[in-house]
Amino acid sequence: MIYEFFYNLIGSEIIAGFIAASLPLLIFILPFALVAVLLERKVAGHMQDRLGPMRVGYHGILQTIADIIKLLQKEDIIARENDKILFNIAPVLVFTGSYAAFAAIPFTSAYIGANIDLGIFYIIAVTGLVVAGILMAGWASNNKYSLLGAMRSAAQIVSYEIPTILVVLTLVMFTGTTNLMTLSENQTAYFWNWNILGGPEFSLAKILLIPFMIISFFIIYISTLAEVNRTPFDIPEAESELVSGYHTEYSGMKFAMFFLAEYANMFAVSAIVSALFFGGYHSPFGYLGNTLGIEWLIPVEQFFWFTFKGVFFVFVQMWLRWTLPRLRVDQLMTASWKYLIPIAFVNLLIVGIITLL
Amino acid sequence: MKEYLNNIYTALYTIFVGMKITFRHLFIPAVTIQYPDVKLKLPERERNRLYVNMDDCIGCDQCSRACPVNCIEIETVKSIPGEDLGKTSNGKKKVLWVTKFNIDFAKCCYCQLCVFPCPTECIYMTDVYEFSEYERENLIYDFVTLTPEEREQKKLNYEKFMAEKAAADAAAKQAPKDEPKKES
Repeated sequence: MIYEFFYNLIGSEIIAGFIAASLPLLIFILPFALVAVLLERKVAGHMQDRLGPMRVGYHGILQTIADIIKLLQKEDIIARENDKILFNIAPVLVFTGSYAAFAAIPFTSAYIGANIDLGIFYIIAVTGLVVAGILMAGWASNNKYSLLGAMRSAAQIVSYEIPTILVVLTLVMFTGTTNLMTLSENQTAYFWNWNILGGPEFSLAKILLIPFMIISFFIIYISTLAEVNRTPFDIPEAESELVSGYHTEYSGMKFAMFFLAEYANMFAVSAIVSALFFGGYHSPFGYLGNTLGIEWLIPVEQFFWFTFKGVFFVFVQMWLRWTLPRLRVDQLMTASWKYLIPIAFVNLLIVGIITLL
Repeated sequence: MKEYLNNIYTALYTIFVGMKITFRHLFIPAVTIQYPDVKLKLPERERNRLYVNMDDCIGCDQCSRACPVNCIEIETVKSIPGEDLGKTSNGKKKVLWVTKFNIDFAKCCYCQLCVFPCPTECIYMTDVYEFSEYERENLIYDFVTLTPEEREQKKLNYEKFMAEKAAADAAAKQAPKDEPKKES
């Protein structure tokens, strides 16, 4: 574990904890956000037969860095009628909520922020902060569109939390653990041990489980997509109706924090989906490090597979964004309450029965 | 119940159809033209900014009269005897100094009507279409090749010549009157 490593190296619990906590931000989330913003724009461009950013660097690869520099230079505008305290806290809270989720996500078998037994439970609980932050931002902006966006966002996140939790519950019931590390370790070795293909035990139950696991995967993917407020569930931001929802009034670095939180959230959600169903950081074909007998290579490979799976699901999120139009508010609620939740419940029951067999 | 299941099926099926289309478009070459670097080939006989080749211009004022928006201003000065203005490329002898040839592209409507009457084919359309300016005055193009001093010089020369000629004429008129007086 990285924390013990730093603790032995430095000898101070606080400094070691601080370094271990800020590592994922510095070496993972910031670079990921830089790449993901560019990827998003490139994917958007090419899906619409355009080119996307082309001017900064070769095929625009430095575009996001230019954007960050621009955002850093921008004036931090706080309107006179804003609730200043809440207005300033909101972006920090939103980012904290999405960043805290990374604490319990296992990046490799050698690195996890905090190896807590209630991992997935903790993640669901702590991402609740995001709702508070968004509501705060909308309220403090003192702008009807911002408030409307924030209300919609809160309603949406709260309703879609239910199918997410039901699917997580299904998985927890099936695997018997809420620790994401153990969950990933259970699905080790080859891809037929992944939970989407019925888990590591070979039996009749494994084959029976496959369709229900696929249904679970679809439900959690759709509902997490709604939780991170991405198209087709982007009614909180709805550019055509609400300017840009709860972050309309923000500028400069505070806006950048919302943006960073959005991309961090996208990855967190993808990482959770891959940890639950697709073996987390595990390679689908075994490890080169094992064959060659080099032990330190395994975590590197695991990190690669973890990033690969996460980025793949992020890519699918972008792909969906440029495929589907935005849902109406009533359609959004219908999709959650009339389709996802009943199916998730039935699915929970069936998986429970099969697991009991 | 049947409708319910059918809804789920339609939703998933249509999403996959849409995703298939967008994925295919991901690999279709972009239609974007990187404009300032790459430019589209202009069509034949395109009409853009005018150009006047002053070596061929004889100052006949026909383009100015053809212009429907009066954007061409021409002033000419006759040459004095002994001045050689050369010939145009199609063999016409030039007799006028063109001291002003302004085209106001803010007014120009790119109709090409000025091009047809030109006897020496010295005014024509080019392929330049990027000439935006911050000030409207900058869109008045001066095509005269003479320097401002030279233009003044030509005007003065002509006035001087005319004055001399008038003086000579007056003298000539006076002379025949005077002579009979002397004789009478």
